[in-house]
Amino acid sequence: MKLRKYLKVYKKFLHTSLASELEYKTNILIDLITAILSLIGSIFLLSIFFQNNGYIGGWKFEQALIIQGIYTILNGITNTWFNPNLTEIVKHIREGTLDYVLLKPIDNQFFISLKKINPSGFLEIILGFFLLFFCIRINQINLNLSFLTLSLITISCSICILYSLWFFISTTTIWFVKTWNAIEVLRSFLYIGRFPLNSFSFSLRIFFSIFIPIAFITTIPSEVFLGLSQLWKILLEVVVASVFLITSRKFWLFALKFYSSASS
Amino acid sequence: MLEYRVEIALWAISGVIPFFMLNIWTNNNLNESINISDVMLSRYFLCAFFVRQFSVVWVVFSFEEDSLMGKVSPYLIQPLNPFFRYFAQHLAEQITRFPFALIIVFFFFIFNPESIWIPNLGLLLLSIVSTFLSFLIQFLIQSIVACLCFWTEKASSIERLLFIPTLFLSGLLAPVVSFPSYVKSWIYLTPFPYLIDFPANLLSGNETNISGGLSMQILWISLLFPLFKKIWSEGTKKYTAMGS
Repeated sequence: MKLRKYLKVYKKFLHTSLASELEYKTNILIDLITAILSLIGSIFLLSIFFQNNGYIGGWKFEQALIIQGIYTILNGITNTWFNPNLTEIVKHIREGTLDYVLLKPIDNQFFISLKKINPSGFLEIILGFFLLFFCIRINQINLNLSFLTLSLITISCSICILYSLWFFISTTTIWFVKTWNAIEVLRSFLYIGRFPLNSFSFSLRIFFSIFIPIAFITTIPSEVFLGLSQLWKILLEVVVASVFLITSRKFWLFALKFYSSASS
Repeated sequence: MLEYRVEIALWAISGVIPFFMLNIWTNNNLNESINISDVMLSRYFLCAFFVRQFSVVWVVFSFEEDSLMGKVSPYLIQPLNPFFRYFAQHLAEQITRFPFALIIVFFFFIFNPESIWIPNLGLLLLSIVSTFLSFLIQFLIQSIVACLCFWTEKASSIERLLFIPTLFLSGLLAPVVSFPSYVKSWIYLTPFPYLIDFPANLLSGNETNISGGLSMQILWISLLFPLFKKIWSEGTKKYTAMGS
């Protein structure tokens, strides 16, 4: 019953935010060109790295393209949902409009995380899928049921981790008010998700798998694609994703206790 | 500006991408193919970080916000081009950012003590000049984009589009020397390599064509400045305050 209500509310969200975004049609066209150029740029950069001997951290160019594809999909998801909504939190808190959100008879995390949508991110998701299909062909990956389920599980876990990271940083706004730059830091750290984890030095690898688990986000799903992934890694990703989701939720509820509205 | 110390510190941290790139380069011995030693490469990326810190421009975002909020109207009455106001803001923030950038450089040298060097005074001065010229080029390009606000409401998406070639071609992620020859043949005619690659090469003591680079920078500024003046005068004629 509750789920039905939430689905219904979400449909309304989709409708209103799509309607308002489609007001800027040329913007969407420009965003499409931006997404395509950005993908070309990253493949260009990757090709420079492979000029030397064709391997980076044990990955071939064709294999590294898979990471690129998954990164593009995740980046598209970030631009469609996480970025527009969670930057809105900052605005809600600064202007005190979070009060209205809290008063609504619906879960507030649900409301602030899904209220808005930016349709130009879809294009990036589609581009990423195209690249992935291309990679499946050139790497001769067999599509079978276990591969599909495993890749689906790992990618959804990556989405959960990514969401939690964004949500976590946006939540800190309650204390620090301005967190634009913290989001910028997260963005630049996420940038390394475009490359195989093994291509970094040992200390950076540790940092990006323990403190900020960017390693899990793209490398593990790509390993699943190549059939290289061990079971324990997949299980670990599931554990990390659930821990992140639960703590970010707890952290939000904890932070709300300190919310004192604007100018009070 | 000093009010926002934490912000500016975070801003400085968000510029660390060149260090991640350096990590990939040295960890995979990628420099073998372009004949630059590890030490020179790490100096290059450190300088790229530094140049980037002092040439970041965000005027289009400020101007877009002010124009949507209708704050541009009072600025227009004043006998001073409003872009001077943004220009001063940028300079002030660069000065505030300086100590944070130095702290990051200090940590870099702790981890990479072999790459410590002292640039000679002449080159240091020249690289400061060229960093400032690079800042001017970016400021002019963004101001031109910002003036498009007079015609469309959201000029920032055009800026995001222009940011992509800036990111990949300016030398922030990989030195321009390492680019394949089919790109190198035309890239030196565009403004991009003069934004980061040229000043960073100067500062780090890598080989570069000093007089050619500086004259290209000046050439681009002299092309962009009249264009900005033109678009500004066209735009202000077109301007109708928001909500009117």
